[in-house]
Amino acid sequence: MRTDTDQKLRKILTDVLGLKPGQAEAFDADSGLFGSLPELDSMAVAGLLTELEDRLDIVIDDDEIDADLMETYGALLTFAEAKRAA
Amino acid sequence: MTPVLWPCPTPDGGETSEYALAFDRQRQQRLLIIPALFDEANKLRRLTVELMRRLDGAGIDCFLLDLPGTNESRSPLREQTLERWTAAMLAAANHFRAGHVLAIRGGGLVLPKVIPGWHYAPVKGASLLRQLLRARIIAARELGREETQDSLLLTGREQGLDLSGYALGPAMLADLQARLPVARAGITQIDQDLLGGSGLWLRAEPDEDAAQADALAAIISMRLTA
Repeated sequence: MRTDTDQKLRKILTDVLGLKPGQAEAFDADSGLFGSLPELDSMAVAGLLTELEDRLDIVIDDDEIDADLMETYGALLTFAEAKRAA
Repeated sequence: MTPVLWPCPTPDGGETSEYALAFDRQRQQRLLIIPALFDEANKLRRLTVELMRRLDGAGIDCFLLDLPGTNESRSPLREQTLERWTAAMLAAANHFRAGHVLAIRGGGLVLPKVIPGWHYAPVKGASLLRQLLRARIIAARELGREETQDSLLLTGREQGLDLSGYALGPAMLADLQARLPVARAGITQIDQDLLGGSGLWLRAEPDEDAAQADALAAIISMRLTA
């Protein structure tokens, strides 16, 4: 059973990456995100962070943003879960 | 679809020429379109023009404006403010004899008063600015340079800032921080839910969605051709 954060995160990535419906369902913890997707430039990452904040009702500080956070689906989900629990 | 020029007022009381993309067959219904701002304008350009093709097909003339200082404009972007853009939009509405206006996303921050119409997917100026600042911080970090939103804004207040390729002056930065989309009589808000699918401004790369263009065109043409 997926958590609410997990489901929302998949939806956000679908919207930001323009994925086909269902495609994000196949993500697992090791699925590569930002190293693997060249179209995610700084503007796109900034957009993603803003969407995460709006839809998960969290605030992300600038100093929390680093490349590791976005490297895999698992890393991003762990971060989002921790933020929502805080 | 042709590029046309329109006379745009300058702060010294003079006038300069700016471009618009026009479907103009001298029809009765004439719609002014204020584009999304900055990076979002690129992401939404195709949706906007696809909307215009549909409106043209439905018998509606429409005009997509270049905001002074953007696209083909010869006006310096650094000197622009939201007030100046609002005045420019009003001048364009008069020039093109537009009876209605559609503002897209941040375009709603420079809606001229009086003219009725629509605002698609409103956004706060502060949210747009925050995203631009963040993009700059992320890019700087990749180059091993540390910047923060506060330090950038402090510098920006004096010297302006280069954000995602847009050289914004101190006044524009202050305007963006403060400006909220205002609900106004005569302006109907169109939320993304009505279009189906997710907003194309969210996408990492510019994209298109024929169904969303259809939906937006239907909402507008139903009222204008009723």
